Amino acid sequence: MAIIVDESTRAVVQGITGHHGSFHTGQMLAFGSAIAAGVAPGRAGQSVHGVPVYDTVEAAREAQDINTSVIFVPAAFAKDAAMEAISAGLKTVVVITEHIPVHDAMELMSLAEREGTTVVGPNTFGICSAGTCKLGIVPNQIFSVGGIGLVARSGTLTYEIVASLTADGLGQSTCVGLGGDRVAGLDFVRVLRRFKDDPQTEAVVMVGEIGGTAEEEAAEYIKTEFNKPVVAYIAGKSAPPGKRMGHAGAIIERGRGTFQSKVEALKAAGTAVAELPWEVPGLVRSALAV
Amino acid sequence: MKLYEYLAKEVFARRGIPVPRGGVASTPEEAEARAREVGGPVAVKSQVLAGGRGKAGGITFADTPAQAREAAERLLGTELKGLTIEKVLVEEKLAIRHEIYLGVAIDRSARRPLIIASAKGGINIEEIPEEDIVRRTVDVAVGVEPFVGREIVRRLGLDQAVGKQVADILARLYKVFRANDAELTEINPLVVVEGGRVIAADGRLNVDDEALYRHKELPYVEERTGLEKKIHDLGVSYVALEGDIAVIANGAGITMGTLDTLMYYGGRPANFLDAGGGTGSDEMAAAISLLLETGPSAFLVNIFGGITRCDEVAKALIQARQASGADVPFVIRLVGTNEAEGHRILRENGMEAFRSMAEAAQKVVALASSRASAAS
Repeated sequence: MAIIVDESTRAVVQGITGHHGSFHTGQMLAFGSAIAAGVAPGRAGQSVHGVPVYDTVEAAREAQDINTSVIFVPAAFAKDAAMEAISAGLKTVVVITEHIPVHDAMELMSLAEREGTTVVGPNTFGICSAGTCKLGIVPNQIFSVGGIGLVARSGTLTYEIVASLTADGLGQSTCVGLGGDRVAGLDFVRVLRRFKDDPQTEAVVMVGEIGGTAEEEAAEYIKTEFNKPVVAYIAGKSAPPGKRMGHAGAIIERGRGTFQSKVEALKAAGTAVAELPWEVPGLVRSALAV
Repeated sequence: MKLYEYLAKEVFARRGIPVPRGGVASTPEEAEARAREVGGPVAVKSQVLAGGRGKAGGITFADTPAQAREAAERLLGTELKGLTIEKVLVEEKLAIRHEIYLGVAIDRSARRPLIIASAKGGINIEEIPEEDIVRRTVDVAVGVEPFVGREIVRRLGLDQAVGKQVADILARLYKVFRANDAELTEINPLVVVEGGRVIAADGRLNVDDEALYRHKELPYVEERTGLEKKIHDLGVSYVALEGDIAVIANGAGITMGTLDTLMYYGGRPANFLDAGGGTGSDEMAAAISLLLETGPSAFLVNIFGGITRCDEVAKALIQARQASGADVPFVIRLVGTNEAEGHRILRENGMEAFRSMAEAAQKVVALASSRASAAS
């Protein structure tokens, strides 16, 4: 099973001829993802790692069986690219690009909501269902197939935690990168809803950070509706208020979004919270044993 | 990027939002001239990027142009909330009858713009009781049509004459928000003056840094100073902290996690520096050199590669260390994409990398404390 991407995913890479687009197309193919097409305006007829390139998403869709897009185009053009994919009727759009203006993000989320499209990101490492499909920039070698779902706001911290799960023999169903921006297509609650209905997922790891109230909203959902054990790690215990900690969304504003508020809400919902990233596998094992 | 009040008001005025008559001054002479143009009593307002200027003594009133000049003399060049006052805004003193709060922000959960309004303005929005605040999200595909304003002013309980002006100002403020890629725009207070006219007595406009490339028409307001600015200009995120262990990591989450881990083991981080994905060797080397100038007792580099390639990181580290000639101990934790190649390059250049974050963190804390005790 898994969620959002699986063996039925057939992807188009928008921005496939760029430095990152081309490098990571190679990595995604090596993982075993079905990359059926690439898009780069003015580059139709070329190929990247054997993947045929088209001028537009609709041209790619006419020629190939595709249902998902992964976007590597520069920030100034990312809204256009995502809207193109949504308008072409693709059901899932994964936006890797960082530094997208927040108004562009709001505009594309408004369209996605109307069209019923799932947007992963922006500013995300992507999404990976172990053993079947990876769309994004997360390293291939850290995954193993199993029953742990993971949902995270940060990329490199996720690599850290997935690698420690794998080393501990805890395989994964799907790892979802929400992205580090203030406006994102998914949040913890939206992803937990999908994990709830996924038979492969036995427990969920949440990787949160300071800023916003998504972790507090997740805690409320876990308390009232969620049916599987959850283990969380929250980054930013040492972050001073009012300072943007790398991610546009990682900032304590007007007293909201603090580490303490998130940890207290999650603990009150019965979620185990790890103090250090590598404590996660142990907590998952004890949560599953209960 | 935050705009000064006088710049925000210029943007408001261009969109047809009523603002007080007046102008900005950089010298006492200019302040006197502005006051003369206004005629009658004026407010002299320090232009610094901080709230609570009134309480801190940054806003004074003057009945005559000569008094305005004296007020400007007192304020200009002094510090308010740690910021130097370089300009004052001289504008007509308003006969205030009622103060309203009006703002447009971003609702992260709804993924939409959020209108925030209160009939009890004039104080910080955080201090207004929740029951006195009206909130409403806006679909960017729809925008603020007149009905939105009618509904907001109904809920604020404003009378018809005032309500009509506030509804109109709200629609214009929303256009300011959208047209300028704002993260936040705020009028607090929006003042009802004797006679019933509604005027924006203050103005705040914070523009999304990621969208500045398409707002060449706006003046650039530099908030950062010194080292913060130099490091930021390299295209990496930096926040100065109070400790002695310099830190570079890639990715916001892992950088925060690295600081948390250092503190867990008793270390004190000197900074947050997220080198981000895909940062080139030159920028990385430059960032390391700048951090070395702050005199840290040890340096921790923590890289888990995604877009960032370990071989590029290894090259940058070697380059930076050679260029600086500093004897500060470096502890490197390096795993991920092209890991084997990264480690090979480091080994060939006489450096060693850890694979475990716990080991790297404990090692750097030990090195920093032994250097600190050797120095004392």
